[in-house]
Amino acid sequence: MVLQPNERRYRDWSHRRLGPWCSPTGSPAPLSCETGCGEGSWILVCRLLVPTQVSLLSMEEDIDTRKINNSFLRDHSYATEADIISTVEFNHTGELLATGDKGGRVVIFQREQESKNQVHRRGEYNVYSTFQSHEPEFDYLKSLEIEEKINKIRWLPQQNAAYFLLSTNDKTVKLWKVSERDKRPEGYNLKDEEGRLRDPATITTLRVPVLRPMDLMVEATPRRVFANAHTYHINSISVNSDYETYMSADDLRINLWNFEITNQSFNIVDIKPANMEELTEVITAAEFHPHHCNTFVYSSSKGTIRLCDMRASALCDRHTKFFEEPEDPSNRSFFSEIISSISDVKFSHSGRYIMTRDYLTVKVWDLNMENRPIETYQVHDYLRSKLCSLYENDCIFDKFECVWNGSDSVIMTGSYNNFFRMFDRNTKRDVTLEASRENSKPRAILKPRKVCVGGKRRKDEISVDSLDFSKKILHTAWHPSENIIAVAATNNLYIFQDKVN
Amino acid sequence: MFARGLKRKCADGDEDMEGALASLQRQSLLDMSLVKLQLCHMLVEPNLCRSVLIANTVRQIQEEMTQDGTWRVMAPQTAGQAPRDRLVSTEILCRAAWEQDGELPAPGSADGDAPDLVSHLCGAPSAPAPRSTQGCVWDVDGPGEDRGSLQKSLDQIFETLESKTPSSVEGLFGDMDSPYYDLDAVLTGMVGSKSARRPLPSSLFRGQGGFLQAGRPPGPA
Repeated sequence: MVLQPNERRYRDWSHRRLGPWCSPTGSPAPLSCETGCGEGSWILVCRLLVPTQVSLLSMEEDIDTRKINNSFLRDHSYATEADIISTVEFNHTGELLATGDKGGRVVIFQREQESKNQVHRRGEYNVYSTFQSHEPEFDYLKSLEIEEKINKIRWLPQQNAAYFLLSTNDKTVKLWKVSERDKRPEGYNLKDEEGRLRDPATITTLRVPVLRPMDLMVEATPRRVFANAHTYHINSISVNSDYETYMSADDLRINLWNFEITNQSFNIVDIKPANMEELTEVITAAEFHPHHCNTFVYSSSKGTIRLCDMRASALCDRHTKFFEEPEDPSNRSFFSEIISSISDVKFSHSGRYIMTRDYLTVKVWDLNMENRPIETYQVHDYLRSKLCSLYENDCIFDKFECVWNGSDSVIMTGSYNNFFRMFDRNTKRDVTLEASRENSKPRAILKPRKVCVGGKRRKDEISVDSLDFSKKILHTAWHPSENIIAVAATNNLYIFQDKVN
Repeated sequence: MFARGLKRKCADGDEDMEGALASLQRQSLLDMSLVKLQLCHMLVEPNLCRSVLIANTVRQIQEEMTQDGTWRVMAPQTAGQAPRDRLVSTEILCRAAWEQDGELPAPGSADGDAPDLVSHLCGAPSAPAPRSTQGCVWDVDGPGEDRGSLQKSLDQIFETLESKTPSSVEGLFGDMDSPYYDLDAVLTGMVGSKSARRPLPSSLFRGQGGFLQAGRPPGPA
């Protein structure tokens, strides 16, 4: 695959290191999905930078890229705010990985194809396509700019040679088609090779145009624009299992769309009170059931999840199921409600469970049991005593996402200091890893991190007060079938792989 | 920290101190929340989820203060001893106040923007006496206006759209809503009587934070 000239700077420095892909004993490695997080070790596959014209690269980068960026070269590397990755999503096969950033750009990475010569290169992702999905808009009614930041990307399942994805900012959802072109017709009668019209007088013979191979070109075109249906900020989009419809959710409403129809959407949830002064709860996330096209869930800022069945009524204001955990009176404080606000909700692949993320925990719920979750995992409970400071500096409002692995046996979510956490639901083991340049050599095994809560701090531990709260891992993604994860840290995209893969 | 159920036994010297401390902490949290709301409000595009959460917190504090029944007297001496445990932002807001005689948080502190916000917060109707110039606003024996001034400032925050006398402090969600009004009415077919208001320019708010960088954060460890 040939990269476009401006894409060369995206290549990373990941060194090629040889090694057989098997466990230390020499026996064949177990299937990646069955490994869980405890047994396998995680290695850094590559670190990819989301670029802009002014994004600078460190001295470790390819020389080519430094030449390209020469005009902006400085001694340090930094990224503009537009580079901050705001969403990460694998497609259904895991071959493609899409990121959206604050600048409204979408960058799609493609997995390196397996080849006999360079078997160790499999698992790396390289740039496949880049396009500007959303531009900043100006809302004249309010005299304000509509942010172009991509809030969510969702892939459609592949049905032909082209790839389709939905990307959304605060107000508008767009359907993009990403397709490859590697042939072009040559030998037109009326046009010459550059496309200019030929003088008819010079045409003496007829010929049939033929398709000839050309350098691979990946082009992205907007196929649908779904606009003007949301008064409030869109926080979620979810493709339905019927592949014909999808939903978009903002703070107070959820709309159902048909992919083919852009000038209408169907409102299925509306929690806006008649008097806005009575507003006490907003929608924070929503998702369709992976198999039942009539079922979806949405979470709220009060820590509740509602499951709705679209067959019950046109407007699903009355839920079918209501999931809420009773409050723990011993932990009650003025911040209880804020930390109970759910920032992300995800169905398991099986469709049997939902996972929710609130500020301090990740919870797994069984759809058949509404009164409490079946599992609760503490992400960073050491922050419980710091809630006031975190409220003061607004970190308490950070919206972390959570993801399932392909077999629903491991769940992952982010934290501060570029830490992210994995919880193995079967073994009940958990691990804290860090996504940072300083600590990650390519192909080196990630060392588990530990936060020291009090008392004596061991050598490798980090104390709570030393955590960098500006480095937060909000967005992560897990390959649908393999132990490959993508972790977004500001403008960096880290891809890690299980060593026994 | 801000344990709601902090028990106060019957009038005992130490317990009173504890209770007063809790009240102070609660008050500082309330101040911080009101400032956040106001800052939020001045953003041209407020984050609705954040505003709702902060507003609920304010309501919760207000409810508890009402439930306590007593607007507890907070003597200046007690107040003066507390500040070392206070949070930075409220300290900035309140430091000047605590040094004065019995007055509650008044503007004129380090943060240049805060004075405008706080006075703006209290609104035009009661502008001359944001809290009270007659000693402590929490004075139980004080006149009704003093006790109600907190309520008044909260009400101004939550002022309804139907208010006939739009004050300089516009209703929190009402104002957020009205610029969307036309679009919303078209979308939903619902029409209400809402006065069109223009939001304030947003240059002030550029994001709080930076308190918890790598290193020791301010405030209690």
